Amino acid sequence: MEYEVNGTTIEADEEGYITNLGEWTNDLAGVIATAEEIDMTEEHWAVVNFLREYYEEYQIAPAVRVLIKSIKKSLGKEVGNNKYMYELFPYGPAKQACKIAGLPKPTGCI
Amino acid sequence: MAPHDMNTDDAPKIVGDPFKMPDLACGAMADSNTFKSAPEHNEPLGFPGELLENWQEVAIAKIGELAEKNRAFQVYLDTCVKCGACTDKCHYFLGTGDPKNMPVARQDLLRSVYRRYYTFAGKYFPWLVGARDLTREVLDEWYTYYHQCSQCRRCSVACPYGIDTAEISMAAREILDSVGVGQKYCNEIIAKLKRTGNNLGLNPKALRATLEDLEEDLEEETGLEVKLPLDVKGADILLITPSADFFAEPQIDGLLGYAKVFHAAGVSWTISSYASEAANFGMFIGSYENMREVSWRIRQAAKDLGVKRIIFGECGHAWRVGYSFLNTLAGPFDFLDQNYPIPQHILEFTMDEIDKGTLKIDKSRNDEFVMTFHDSCNVARGSAMGRKEGGQFDLPRQVLKAVCNHFYDMERDTIRENTFCCGGGGGLLTDDLIDLRVKGAKPRMTALQQVTEDHGVTHMAAICAICKSQFTKVMPKYGYEMDSILSVHQLVSNAVILEGQVDPEDED
Repeated sequence: MEYEVNGTTIEADEEGYITNLGEWTNDLAGVIATAEEIDMTEEHWAVVNFLREYYEEYQIAPAVRVLIKSIKKSLGKEVGNNKYMYELFPYGPAKQACKIAGLPKPTGCI
Repeated sequence: MAPHDMNTDDAPKIVGDPFKMPDLACGAMADSNTFKSAPEHNEPLGFPGELLENWQEVAIAKIGELAEKNRAFQVYLDTCVKCGACTDKCHYFLGTGDPKNMPVARQDLLRSVYRRYYTFAGKYFPWLVGARDLTREVLDEWYTYYHQCSQCRRCSVACPYGIDTAEISMAAREILDSVGVGQKYCNEIIAKLKRTGNNLGLNPKALRATLEDLEEDLEEETGLEVKLPLDVKGADILLITPSADFFAEPQIDGLLGYAKVFHAAGVSWTISSYASEAANFGMFIGSYENMREVSWRIRQAAKDLGVKRIIFGECGHAWRVGYSFLNTLAGPFDFLDQNYPIPQHILEFTMDEIDKGTLKIDKSRNDEFVMTFHDSCNVARGSAMGRKEGGQFDLPRQVLKAVCNHFYDMERDTIRENTFCCGGGGGLLTDDLIDLRVKGAKPRMTALQQVTEDHGVTHMAAICAICKSQFTKVMPKYGYEMDSILSVHQLVSNAVILEGQVDPEDED
């Protein structure tokens, strides 16, 4: 599949994860989020930004627990908990948030 | 005891029948097609990148080769008498009603082609014996329906001849791979493991950071330095655990449980970044070569680190590979301490420590949970555990009962050797098969609903990373919270009180 952002076509795999990670932009994140039926709020962005920073450092998405711990530190425990993460990203903070953040899909028995 | 009168209000309600024969729905799942793998997933596994031009010839030759090499496979293809004992044993058939998900029908997809090319009657009178040519339609049908089998082997327990559908399903996937038609989920993961050592693609730096983060959590929880050692040379025990234990909930809580048990036992142990995966998807795709290569990493890590023992964490099919095949795949393990099982399951280790009295346990810390246990197929029907027969069923229950006050089993015909698959095993734990996964979970969920009705069961524990992720996803469809599935060692972790442990609430 593919996304249209400001007149540019961005390639994605059949599940909607972008193929070339370098093509990610904030605008593209918005387009992917719309395709996922998510309205990006400040809280969504906090998750996406943390995922991108972590990926930059470690070339992989963080464990869900590590993500939640970080969000808890920055936004408090009302946001930084598993349940709220699933309210933000109904298909899971790992997979769906990674898709919007332009990261590869986490794979395995997860 | 008199039977309950079902007409009174206070009698236990029958919520549903896990074994209910569904109405037949021909072709209901014909469009369920999991994503196919790309050349970059297939080639590192030694398979052609794309469908071969002469695929038909190669596939037919492969059937012959497999029948020649694996006599059990040939016997399974030759002996079915169509008695029908298996028909209602498959959770995917019960959940979908598609008759091609009856185990006998699934087997016949391949059997009919084998007959055509490898039996006298099939060669000369195919119309008399249900033999058919291998066409593109047949190949596509194989892909569709052999990816609706979780290789759980519940049907093979019912078969009077012991025909193992899992073995046929693995062979079918191997034939498909050999002509360049692979499944993305499995093949991408195996290729990733070969690059990084695990299914997730976790590199050593990231793994170390994750473990350090968890050590912080453990210190916060207990006030103690409970370690999650990585690549420690000369450690006694090498822990081989599914990489989901480093990533997902509730698996990660189980990992913390193993760490606490090792800490309390006072043993030296380590995780390996080279073999940071228990899962072995080589089995799901029926590829001996890939299964061997994945297993070989464990041997290599054990040698490089100079450990004396290997212990497996909570991973269902890994334990089948570990218990049943590891020695032939990657043995002999003559360099390990022969006084311990090679490999040993974490539950054996924990139960031994409970028996020795090393672990101080406060069961009331799990009083908020009314537990049941889901037997994972590969552990239940593909392995054993500990020193006693049936240990793979009894050990998890003994450990659970040692750390929880409230435990109730589900109906006898849905547990132990008759356990129903979670609906996501055998390489089907992928988002593109979610419809199948939800439907396939129905028999298990119905049995769970019954113990919830009868005994107020709130949570279910499992010892398989796939089961745990699958239930997290599908339980909400059946009226449970996603965190109603727990790791067995998560409950151990809750109940164990380490020596010198300071509970945060005690400090106030």
